[in-house]
Amino acid sequence: MFKDIEHLIRLAIAMAIALVVFVILRGALVPRSFGQYGHYRGAAIAEVASRPIAFAGHDTCEACHTDVADQKKLGKHVVVACETCHGALARHADDPSSVQPKKLDTAVLCARCHEANSAKPKNFPQVATADHSGGIACDTCHQPHRPKIETAKNATEGKK
Amino acid sequence: MEITRRRLLMLLPAAAVAWKYVKAGTPEAAPNYQLTEHWWAMLIDIPKCIGCGSCVRACAEENDVPEGYFRTWVERYHVADWKIERPEVESPNGGKNGFPPHPDEGGKNFFVPKLCNHCADSPCTQVCPVGATFATPDGVVLVDKNYCLGCRYCVQACPYGCRFINPKTNTAEKCTLCYHRITKGLTTACCEVCPTGARQLADLKNPKDPIHEFLRTHDVQVLKPHMATGAKVFYNGMDGSVR
Repeated sequence: MFKDIEHLIRLAIAMAIALVVFVILRGALVPRSFGQYGHYRGAAIAEVASRPIAFAGHDTCEACHTDVADQKKLGKHVVVACETCHGALARHADDPSSVQPKKLDTAVLCARCHEANSAKPKNFPQVATADHSGGIACDTCHQPHRPKIETAKNATEGKK
Repeated sequence: MEITRRRLLMLLPAAAVAWKYVKAGTPEAAPNYQLTEHWWAMLIDIPKCIGCGSCVRACAEENDVPEGYFRTWVERYHVADWKIERPEVESPNGGKNGFPPHPDEGGKNFFVPKLCNHCADSPCTQVCPVGATFATPDGVVLVDKNYCLGCRYCVQACPYGCRFINPKTNTAEKCTLCYHRITKGLTTACCEVCPTGARQLADLKNPKDPIHEFLRTHDVQVLKPHMATGAKVFYNGMDGSVR
């Protein structure tokens, strides 16, 4: 039928080999999950999700520290999560005995939120700490978990 | 050259190896978290923000963000009387250590927390030449740090300035919406520590999420709506001067 058909056969074999090499290289170089959800490596989603957490979340804290949770419920700080002040403590939640939270300095901590600033919402309680307390630690008078001073009894009981 | 039996037998193992790689591309099953059942967003209530910087500190700690770089930050706006087009905006160290009192007490002052808007039609994912950044099926824009070349296209493409190159890894980095937390049923680190509830994580696919009621009853805006990025960080009570 064709003259010199062996040329075409040789070409076909060369192309077949090239195709096989391409498929092998593509299989080796393109990650397995590429294209699973879109034009990216699908496994990357699970990799990002596998990062360990640093903040345990207030539900975890309140599972053990029920006494503090009860105190907080009585005051305005009920909406403030534990780790806002106490810092990231997922490691403490995992191993409560060996990882202990740091002792906090209320003179610094309370001012972060309550130091007066003209950009803060007007209805948010603010003080100029220098005038308000003259640098005394806030927990001398206020109980941080239940900050409002209602009576002399409340101010001193249950300092946590 | 013709295909003899010998030559065909020599080709077969190569074909078998190739087939193995083709088969290996089959997707694996996901764990209990269902990607298709969520569509994540965030709500920021500007009148509640007190500029304490808790979110910025928590983000840095949760995600190991290098010092001097920010995945979220807080800006203080000062709008002098009628100068809505020329607000003074400052963010000392991202607002991490709070804000000193503004010298000019007149005019209008307020705080605006910023983060990745997790755009539904994000410019940053469109420009990535290697598919290292992408929007997940549950609506979070992530970076595959093993695939990122560090070419910085996405850093330039983001209209909100939410990306940076991590100096340690030399790859693009950004807010993941604490993807490692929200997929475990927790809220993001910034929302967890926000003392006034100015930041709320929201799942738009969850019909019971309070965001739906909030969106219906408030004047809510996104940043740079003219960019048509499909931004999913919603701002309540946002002044017209905010950029």
